[in-house]
Order: sequence, then C-alpha cells, then structure tokens
Amino acid sequence: MSDTLQIIDESGKKVGKAPRLKRETLLRMYRAIVSTRSFDDRCMKLQRTGRIGFSIPNKGVEATSVGAAAALDAAQDWIAPHYRDFAMMFYLGIDVNGMFDNMFGNADDNAVGRQMPVHFSFRDPVNWLSISSPLGTQIPQAVGVAMAMKQRGEKGIALTTFGDGSTSTLGFHSGLNFAGVFGSPVVFLCQNNQWAISCPSEEQTASESYAIKGEAYGIPGIKVDGNDVLAVYRVVSEAVKRARAGEGPTLIEAVTFRMGGHSTSDDPSRYVEQSEFDAWEKRDPLFRFETWLKSEGHLDDEKIAAIRAETDAEMMAAAKAAEAKPRPKLGTIFSDVWEQMPPHLDAQMNACISHFAERDEAVDEKGEFPL
Amino acid sequence: MVQAVNDGLRTIMKEDESVLVMGEDVGPKGGVFLATENLTKEFGKERCFDTPLSEDGIIGVGVGLAMNGMKPVCEIQFQDFIYPAFDQIVSEAAKMRYRSGGQYTVPMTIRTPYGGGIRGGLYHSQSGEAYFAHTAGLKVVIPSTPYDAKGLLISSIMDPDPVMFFEPKALYRAGREEVPEGMYTVDLSKVREVTQGGDAVVFCYGAMVPVCTEAARRIKESRNKDIRVIDLRTLMPLDEEAVLQAARDCGRVVMVHEAPRFCGYGSEISALIAENAIEYMEAPIKRVTGFDTPFPNTLENYYLPDARRVFDAIEEVLDF
Ligand SMILES: Cc1ncc(C[n+]2csc(CCOP(=O)(O)OP(=O)(O)O)c2C)c(N)n1
Ligand SMILES: [Mg+2]
Repeated sequence: MSDTLQIIDESGKKVGKAPRLKRETLLRMYRAIVSTRSFDDRCMKLQRTGRIGFSIPNKGVEATSVGAAAALDAAQDWIAPHYRDFAMMFYLGIDVNGMFDNMFGNADDNAVGRQMPVHFSFRDPVNWLSISSPLGTQIPQAVGVAMAMKQRGEKGIALTTFGDGSTSTLGFHSGLNFAGVFGSPVVFLCQNNQWAISCPSEEQTASESYAIKGEAYGIPGIKVDGNDVLAVYRVVSEAVKRARAGEGPTLIEAVTFRMGGHSTSDDPSRYVEQSEFDAWEKRDPLFRFETWLKSEGHLDDEKIAAIRAETDAEMMAAAKAAEAKPRPKLGTIFSDVWEQMPPHLDAQMNACISHFAERDEAVDEKGEFPL
Repeated sequence: MVQAVNDGLRTIMKEDESVLVMGEDVGPKGGVFLATENLTKEFGKERCFDTPLSEDGIIGVGVGLAMNGMKPVCEIQFQDFIYPAFDQIVSEAAKMRYRSGGQYTVPMTIRTPYGGGIRGGLYHSQSGEAYFAHTAGLKVVIPSTPYDAKGLLISSIMDPDPVMFFEPKALYRAGREEVPEGMYTVDLSKVREVTQGGDAVVFCYGAMVPVCTEAARRIKESRNKDIRVIDLRTLMPLDEEAVLQAARDCGRVVMVHEAPRFCGYGSEISALIAENAIEYMEAPIKRVTGFDTPFPNTLENYYLPDARRVFDAIEEVLDF
C-alpha cells in the first residue's frame, strides 16, 4: 500500500507523524473498538441461539469507523451511515441500550421494530440518519443535508459512509456529482473492505482505486490505510476541515477488510480464500492500535483485560434488558405512515386489532433470514 | 422450490446457449438463496456471472443483451432492491417493442425473490407485483410449487417479451415435490385449480396459495363446504376466462395477496368480476391482503394474511 497513508504499521510501530490527540481521546477510540468486538460476539451468540434474526459482523473495519468518528463534531455534524460502522456509534456515545432495542426490534426501538436489526436511527447525541437497506441511498442524501447547512451559514458538515460495493450504485455517482457541482460540505468515506457479500473488489470496478473516482467528479480522492486508526483520523480530519472552511467535498477510500462473514448467516469460507483471511489477520486494526498504545504507555495488559471485561459485561446487560422489553404494540404497524392516518388505514388498524383481540393464541414465529 | 428454480435454469442453459444468468452474488456463491448454485461451475463464468452492485446496470445491460440475440436471466437479489432499475424495466424493456414498431425486442427474464416470511423487515419482504402488472409490455409470473417454478421459468425464458418472474421466498424451502427431469414448460396465462369446489372461490398466488389451501381445508372441516382455490400463476397476461368461469360457478369470491390492498392486484380481479359477472355474485367480493403500510419486522406475522384471516373472509362470503 505504497500510495496509502499509514501512521502505525502492521506491527504497531509508528512510521508516520502521529496526530496530536489527548490520551483520553485515544483511549475512547480504543474502547470503541473493543466495545464493537464485544457487541459482535454478543450478537453472534444471540443470532446462533435464535434470539435475534441477524447481525452484521464489524470485526476488521473498526479503525475506519473510529478514526472517522473522532474527526467529527457530534454537536453539529451529521452522519449518513453505512450499516457496518458500529465502532463509530460507540465512539460518538450512542446509547448501547438503544442499539440493542433495535437488534431485538422491541417497543423502545427507534425504528419501532419495523426494520431488520442493525438499521439504526438516532437523533441523539448525534444526527445518525436512519439506515436503509437499499444501498447507496444515503450518499446523495448526505449532500442535501450538507447543502442545507451551507445555505443557512452553519459550520456543520455531513459525513457519509458506504462500502466498496455501494460505489456501483446510482446514489454514489449522483452524490459525488452533485457535491462536486455545488461544492457541498460533505465527506464521502468509502469503507473498502474488499468484498460486497461474495463479490470481490476487482469485480466491482476496473478503476485502480476507489479514491480515484473522485477525480471524474472534480473532487479530491485520498486513499488511507483503513486499519490504521490514526491515519484515518488524520485524513478525515483534513477533509472535515476543508468542508467546514467552504472548500468542498472529499472522497476518502479506507482500505480495510471484513474479517467475518457478510452477516451472521453468511459463511465466507465458501468464497474467500483462507490465505486472504490469514494475510489480514496480521493487519488486525485492534492489535495494531493496542500495541502502539502500549508502547506509548497509555495501556498495559491489566488495563486491557479490565476494559474487555467491562465492555463484555455492558453488552450482556444491554442485550438482556432489550430482550426483556415487550414487542411494539399492534397499532405500530399502522402509525407513522403519514403524519395523519387516512380513514382507510384507520379502518384497517381497527379491524386488525379486533381480529387479534378475539384470538389470544400466539401467532406462529417463523422465518429465518438467509443472509 | 429453490432447487426447482436451479434445475430450470440448468435445463434451459443446456438447451439454449444464448441463455445467460447474471446478477449480484449469483456466481461462485450461487445466489443468497442458492438459486444459481453451481451454474458458474457447470457453464463457466461467461454464462453465469456476478455483476457490479447496480440493479440499474444489471437490467440495462440485460436489455442490451436481449436486443442483440441473447436471453438474459437477470437476478435482482431481493425484489425490494429493484427500484433503481425501475426506469430500465418500465421505460425501456417494457416499451422497446412498441416504440420501435417491433424492430427491437427484449426477451429477458427478471427473477427476483419477493414477499415476507423470513423476518426481513421493511426491505427484504416487499410484494411489488402490482407496479409491474400495471405496466404494459411486461409479463408477470409467480409460481407457488416446485413443478410450476421450473416449468413457468423455462416458459418465461423462452418467451419473446420481458417477464418479471417473482419467486415467493417464503416457499423456497417448502413444498417438496418431485420435479420431472429435463425440459418441460408450463403455459403462461393459465391458472391452476388447487382444490375443487363450488361453494366459494379463493383466488391467490405465490406464498398465499398454501395459506388459502389451509383455510379451505379448515372450512371443509368445520362447515363441510367445498372451496375452490385458484392459483393465478400469471398475473399478466391474466387468464380472464378462467377467473370469470370460477366466479360464475361459485358466486362467492375471495381474493388474497400479501401485497398492500390499495390498487393491489385484487382490485383488478374484483373489477373484472364486477364488470363481467356481477349478476352471478351472491356476496360482495372480499379481499384479504397486506395492510396499506410498509412491511414491519417484529410484527410481520400480524401483517401477513394467514389462514385465519382467509378463513374469516370465506365465512363472511358464505354467510352473506
Ligand atoms: C440496492 C441494493 N442492492 C442489493 C442489496 C443486497 N446487498 C446487501 S449488502 C450487499 C453488499 C454490500 O457491499 P458493500 O457496499 O461493499 O458493503 P459491505 O457489506 O462490504 O460492508 C448487497 C449486494 C442491497 N441491500 N441494496
Ligand atoms: Mg464491502
């Protein structure tokens, strides 16, 4: 990765100029990665035991998420996110209980049990736009969000994240084109984790990189080692600074790897060579950051063990609490479609509620998500 | 059913070299539901291949292939993700024959899993067949058994016009039945009588067919009435004569689909009967459908029409 910015190398040694970050911030970044691993483990167990339907493993891509999150100002910046960005959420202080409410689709879920798990939506403590399954749709939306801030003379910017596969969608191309034309304060962050389900990056594009695609739209494109949290932080910070200063959008490609399956139901050994897993295992972003933090005296083994135990316990407790909550009420199938419920829908709702009120037998649970 | 789809693809690919299979993850992985399993291995990646992640690209390129002598079978991974390709389907594939006076045609098949039943929430559960049935120039086919899946798929691929082939994903792993080896076809535009009866008729398709069959069985059990269940199989072109005949024979009609009600396919069936056979009706035509809302996740089994809702509707038309 010669043309790719790197600050900490694979062995955890510093090879570039580290950005100046407070110890407290560094540890917050570290903790967000560890939390993500705990969250992944918990979700895998929950899925395997049939208590949630689905999750998205984040192992391997956390440095990209966290490095970017640390470059934002949550008070004013908006995020139009990819679904594989849990570490960003942990860094920004999004409530893990709220995340598990979504995983279980319970009555407290911000998505009211309407979406599949991992389709998070938050307004607090940051504008984390409701995640959609159709890929790429968030990209032009981020441009609109950013244009609104610019028109009102605000200093906020929009960060949108998406996978390598998502660069093939219409949304990616319209988003970049509009942002280029309007000079919108947006940062486009492509999480190139090498795979789009079973399709490798080389089947996605014949370009020499994803970063280079910015050029066609008149937008600077930068490639960064996505497993190097400090390098991602540096590159995203610079892009955020440019956007805030009115200098327009930037496209960033973070080169990383999806160390797990596409989802909890996917078996990547069907299509990813073991040698590829082995090669990336050596570039594990957590190991790298941890090693560097230790060498700087910010962490030791005891502290590491303590943080892991804490995040594991936190996930366990949050999952338990979310699982114990009731399902959304029947009427929530019908609410929020429009601001005002039209009469025909009101009639359908009442018929549905009385239909099920007359029968107390539980509706069969069925269905298993294949992917 | 998913093996029957796979078998249908393999059979026609052997028969006709111009048949190509393309889409996201259809290659080495064999599709997320394994409908295209082993096709790349058997036919090579020129015949069955992964594409970049762009539905618009998949269908647009499919239209080009079809206009130039190939018979592409394009997979859209979930029907919910077809909308980026809506333009290519509705404005291009559907209208090519018409706008070129028959100079250019699009013998393309778009396969896509649709409907609920897998806990897929808002975006892995939709039933959008009405959008396509509404569009002149497209055919819309929905099998409900493995036998039909293979035979209808082969017919669709051989058809000279673009066919939307909706596969009820809730039935992918259900319905074990022997499917004949080798080539056979099932006519597009012929309904299938699932159960015989003259007391009421239930029209349905896709994953609602077993639901309606179960409701009919329960009615037989509790009221000793014989319900005719008809699987429409091809929504466009519709076997109008068969629909009207069944309506006249029975005089009581229920229409069932999991798609929302408003402007859903049931409206068309209802209007057809009202316009042509109203004098035979002994009860108002009843629809059992998904609600006019997006598709929920946690409460999906309350959203989807089930045998009890269909049972109630049949009772209503019987008791009118
Ligand atoms: C428009 C659309 N088409 C297809 C899908 C099905 N699908 C879900 S995730 C995925 C791969 C996405 O790859 P990428 O953008 O690289 O993100 P990653 O999963 O690697 O993080 C596909 C094809 C979808 N969600 N939306
Ligand atoms: Mg990817």
